Amino acid sequence: MKNDYNKPLPIPQPESDKFWNGLKKKEIWVQKCSSTNQYQFYPRTHCIFHNQNDIEWVKVSGDSTLFTYAIVYQAPMHSFLDDVPYVNALVKLNEGPIIPSNIVDIEPDPSNFKIGMKLKPVFVNVNKNFTLLKFRPA
Amino acid sequence: MPNLNKLKNLSGKMSIVGVSESDQIGKVPEKSPLALHAEAAINALDDAGFHLSDVDGLFTAGWSTLDIAEYIGVQPRYTDSTSVGGSSFVIHIAHAIAAISAGYCEVALITHGQSGRSDRAPQERHLGIPMVQFEYPYGIIGPPSSYSLACSRYMYQYGEDRTRNAMAEIAVSTRKWANLNPKAYFYDKGMTHDDYHNSKWVSWPFHLLDCCLVTDAGAAIIITTNERAKNARKKGVNILGVGEGHDHSMISQMPDLTKAFGIKTGPQAIEMSGISINEIDLAMIYDSFTYTVLVSLENIGFCKPGEGPDFLLEKSIKPGGNFPLNTNGGGLSYTHPGMYGIFTIVEAVRKLRNEAENRQIENCNLALAHGTGGLLSSTATVVLGI
Ligand SMILES: [Zn+2]
Repeated sequence: MKNDYNKPLPIPQPESDKFWNGLKKKEIWVQKCSSTNQYQFYPRTHCIFHNQNDIEWVKVSGDSTLFTYAIVYQAPMHSFLDDVPYVNALVKLNEGPIIPSNIVDIEPDPSNFKIGMKLKPVFVNVNKNFTLLKFRPA
Repeated sequence: MPNLNKLKNLSGKMSIVGVSESDQIGKVPEKSPLALHAEAAINALDDAGFHLSDVDGLFTAGWSTLDIAEYIGVQPRYTDSTSVGGSSFVIHIAHAIAAISAGYCEVALITHGQSGRSDRAPQERHLGIPMVQFEYPYGIIGPPSSYSLACSRYMYQYGEDRTRNAMAEIAVSTRKWANLNPKAYFYDKGMTHDDYHNSKWVSWPFHLLDCCLVTDAGAAIIITTNERAKNARKKGVNILGVGEGHDHSMISQMPDLTKAFGIKTGPQAIEMSGISINEIDLAMIYDSFTYTVLVSLENIGFCKPGEGPDFLLEKSIKPGGNFPLNTNGGGLSYTHPGMYGIFTIVEAVRKLRNEAENRQIENCNLALAHGTGGLLSSTATVVLGI
């Protein structure tokens, strides 16, 4: 763990504390509608499918597939200068919701990526308060 | 749902009577963004033959109308700071005709001013919003990251090579138009297909030459009733159709990465106009990236989803071609201060008035302008005619 971590960190809101606290314990908690079993990401206080409060938190494995990706060569902030090229991705959890993340443990070259490829979660502790959810090829 | 019958009653009732950029665009470190707003506003009023005291409706984005009105020196009776990215100023046209027709005001001023290149006080976003909370920590920050994620999915669905060829053609042809526009940032600089393919990666699949400029610039538009337009210095340009909306903010929430909200706003604006899309003589499509143009053409309905690459290569979009597109040189090669949408309107009006000098196109009677804002988040479409 580094103390000099200077990239943007999440500022959790009350409705998302459970998600961020879960990651610290290597757990992935997401919300689903208890009426229709549709998942929603990111956490909210209401169900976006019904404008009701029929949401429940469920723990998922993080098994997922690559929905899309891009390889960043030009750092969007100074704090990412040492990281380029890095891989941005939208990852589709097997349960359905799409979440933003990075793909790690892979050479950042388009020939190594196939949309639809299977992924596993990687929990990256960035400081004592935050763990980010990244993914690697399964 | 929008009521098309009511909207059709609004079609053609209002006109754009003045448009202008600020005195200089490009690198303008000696002027503040507020000064760019004011300069463009004065120039547009001059173009219309109107005075500051005529303005009773004010529209802007990226700023509060409080600050803009005070600086420019107007006391609006209708005020609208709708700010949903670079499409906002195209949306303001829809809002202006609604406000004027309802009687809130008679002369609407839409202003833009931004020092994307030289700003001494750049703004930041609220740190609690979901985009900052869930995307920024991963380095999914800003337009190139987000739009490239959408483009990558498009390539997967519809083929990488044909998408790449279409993006190259957009970049090269848009530059050719810029080479005819003395105000364009890249007026003096050509671009070949090799230049495009050899330019460095910004965020794969985007080369540098897929990405818009970052400049300083202002622009303004004056809108009024057809009746008051008779007092204007030049013939008014009729506002025939409008459409606006958005369906997400951050890219990971986009309902379908290959379809932006133009699928709603394009068809609405065309139907409200009572024209057929084939009658459009000029398409001014917000080009934050080459890809934005490709997907917008499909969304609006110029061709079917996934057929954009074929459409672009069948048509000819360069000067002299049969599908004039982004004829000012676009955000890619003319100017892009951060929120470019208003410049699509400025150019469309100039073409319809036959005053675009050596880049004028013949028989330009109907133009479509389309803005995209945020992270493919908001769109607005306007059809203009003369
Ligand atoms: Zn529900």
